[in-house]
Amino acid sequence: MIERFQYDNRVVKNFLFATILWGLVGMLVGLIIATQLVAQNTGPEMWYYWLVRPFTWLGEMQWFTFGRLRPLHTNAVIFAFVGNAIFAGAYYSLQRLLKARMFSDMLSSIHFWGWQLIIVAAAVTLPLGMTTGKEYAELEWPIDIAITLVWVVFGINMMGTIIKRRERHLYVAIWFYIATWVTVAMLHIVNSIELPISMTKSYSWYAGVQDALVQWWYGHNAVAFFLTTPFLGLMYYYLPKAANRPVYSYKLSVIHFWSLIFLYIWAGPHHLLYSALPDWAQSLGTVFSIMLIAPSWGGMLNGLLTLRGAWDRVREDPVLKFFVVAVTCYGMSTLEGPLLSLKSINAIAHFTDWIIAHVHIGGIGWNGFMAFGMIYWLVPRLFGAKLYSTQLANVHFWLGTLGIILYAIPLYFAGFFQSLMWKQFTPDGFLVYPNFLDTLLEIQTAYWLRVLGGTIYFIGACIMVYNVVRTVRAGKLIANEDAEAPALEKEGELKEVGHWHRWIERRPVQMLVLSLVVVGAGGIIEIIPTFLVKTNVPTISSVKPYTPLELHGRDIYVREGCYTCHSQMVRPFRSETERYGEYAKAGEFVYDHPFQWGSKRTGPDLLRVGGKYPHSWHYYHMYDPTSMSPGSLMPPYLHLFDDALDTTTTKQKIEAMRTLGVPYAEDFPARANVDLVTQSQAIVAGLKKDGIDALADREIIAVIAYLQRVGTDIKARTTEVAVVAKPTP
Amino acid sequence: MSVIFLLITASTVVAGIFLVAFIWAVRQGQYDDDRSHAVRMLHDPAPPANETPVDR
Repeated sequence: MIERFQYDNRVVKNFLFATILWGLVGMLVGLIIATQLVAQNTGPEMWYYWLVRPFTWLGEMQWFTFGRLRPLHTNAVIFAFVGNAIFAGAYYSLQRLLKARMFSDMLSSIHFWGWQLIIVAAAVTLPLGMTTGKEYAELEWPIDIAITLVWVVFGINMMGTIIKRRERHLYVAIWFYIATWVTVAMLHIVNSIELPISMTKSYSWYAGVQDALVQWWYGHNAVAFFLTTPFLGLMYYYLPKAANRPVYSYKLSVIHFWSLIFLYIWAGPHHLLYSALPDWAQSLGTVFSIMLIAPSWGGMLNGLLTLRGAWDRVREDPVLKFFVVAVTCYGMSTLEGPLLSLKSINAIAHFTDWIIAHVHIGGIGWNGFMAFGMIYWLVPRLFGAKLYSTQLANVHFWLGTLGIILYAIPLYFAGFFQSLMWKQFTPDGFLVYPNFLDTLLEIQTAYWLRVLGGTIYFIGACIMVYNVVRTVRAGKLIANEDAEAPALEKEGELKEVGHWHRWIERRPVQMLVLSLVVVGAGGIIEIIPTFLVKTNVPTISSVKPYTPLELHGRDIYVREGCYTCHSQMVRPFRSETERYGEYAKAGEFVYDHPFQWGSKRTGPDLLRVGGKYPHSWHYYHMYDPTSMSPGSLMPPYLHLFDDALDTTTTKQKIEAMRTLGVPYAEDFPARANVDLVTQSQAIVAGLKKDGIDALADREIIAVIAYLQRVGTDIKARTTEVAVVAKPTP
Repeated sequence: MSVIFLLITASTVVAGIFLVAFIWAVRQGQYDDDRSHAVRMLHDPAPPANETPVDR
């Protein structure tokens, strides 16, 4: 019996427009922070002074400093731009592949508006400094819960559609969507376990090395299961559709899928090579990263070979052009990723702009160009009109491609050169560039070219907006598209023959189960031993909990996003121990909720900054960084001098730490503020000696206390450090 | 380090439920032909106009 029904195009349109809107916002924020990194070093004598000066002014306001905007940029691009593109692409393709309207129009609506509200909440809270301090998981706990709920709505809507489908077979794209849903749910929940102390502040449940492992297990798989698998699903739908020919090898797509989701989940530790993470976990991450080349390239080749015999059409069709470059960028970055996880290459590339270039090949190459191609393919179909201008789409394509090249290549050079400068010794064995800032100023040209590349890419996206608007105006939204398909036949009527994989393809629930088991096994095997095996984290007897003032200072450090430019992870290389001091030990971080190892050094590592400078140095430096390091790119933090430290939360914070296992004495929370006042006055007295009249109740005092404490515990016996009152355990 | 118990319990329960569902499903198992799906997704037949859809 042929059934008649309608596809819901309205939700697809909504998600598609949200993709465009948030894409522009995310790129714009990226441009702003890229400009902040060059604008600091412009004087009035330079012709572009008035062009970049607003960015400097912006970056000096506490809400728009690099440290607060960088999480906004990453979150906007990943979850708003790419997220909405996933939903738009999936809602369109799911309905057609399953020959069914989405399960529930109301759930579609809740999903759409819920997701947009989360994005707005992120855009408000991140500049306000409400952050968990864990990369790409910065959003605070109420938003985390909202994400979980909306994600469940998406899951019900998708699984409901799959259950009421009229096509028994689940096309390869749908497997990718299912695996995405399951894995992201698991990652998000496990990594977001945190202890709230108020609506806007929480502490990661995990500490130090454990926190780092959980975080990068999440962070890596956010790349794998938010930026990769759903987009591979989109590739397997939209590329064949746009080329109007079947995927090169369906069998390869099956192998691609299973091997990819099995291998990806194990690769997280490659973000922590040479860190204080146990060696075996690092090696495991490397081995699985190398193995990942096979499924990744299987997918890339499957995509590109789909175009065999149709390359003449790539010349004419901008949609295919975007897809070809996107899939090529996918192939490049999935080869580069495994190479970067080799320890010898990682030793050079880690903490540098090389990684920034690498993720942007993935971000603006793979995700951006897939999204653009999809938008150009979908908009005419949703609105029943021809694309307004193929020529403008071509212009967008070339501007975008040029933008990617201008963005990435200079940063590859910059990362490589800066790293070599960090590692360069004179024949006498001294660092050639003992001042970190010198190495940063050497690569300013590359930072300028990055701004140029980003601007060109952004202009291309603006041209797309114009093209889309004209196309939309010329047509009318086909909100409900008529379709027909035979009803799903009863399962019993089918014969039990064929390949075993066919069986799973027709069973979404079992598919979900299998994906979770496959994916969960990797995570559990990696994480659990670190929790279990005590020797993995050797305890260091001299490492003590933070004082209340230091804890407050640390929270401010997290709030300001200091980790976006400063690492706290000295790797065991002579070039690093010479520059920073003793390399990092796992046992040093046992009271760090969250860990603050960082992933990029735009400024020097801060693990051994404690006791390195007098209090007054930090005081002047936070007031005007260029006063202590001329040419510094760091913005001043004037609000730390104006705002009084909120000591009403001290008791709650110490109690929360006790809950998390930090060994403060039982009666300590009640008298913590006494301790805090004593220590602030000691610091103020220290500042007084250097001729500074500081107010003891300001946030800057807490920041100084924390910076003077960080990383000093292990040298307690050998070095005299700033005198601080430590809580008695 | 109490989080370990949470992790193990949650994983075991979830894995257990899934295993039961998996075994149940295997016993209902069916197989199908292959190759046709890559081609079939290319076709989205539009119904003739002027007829009322049954499923909204």
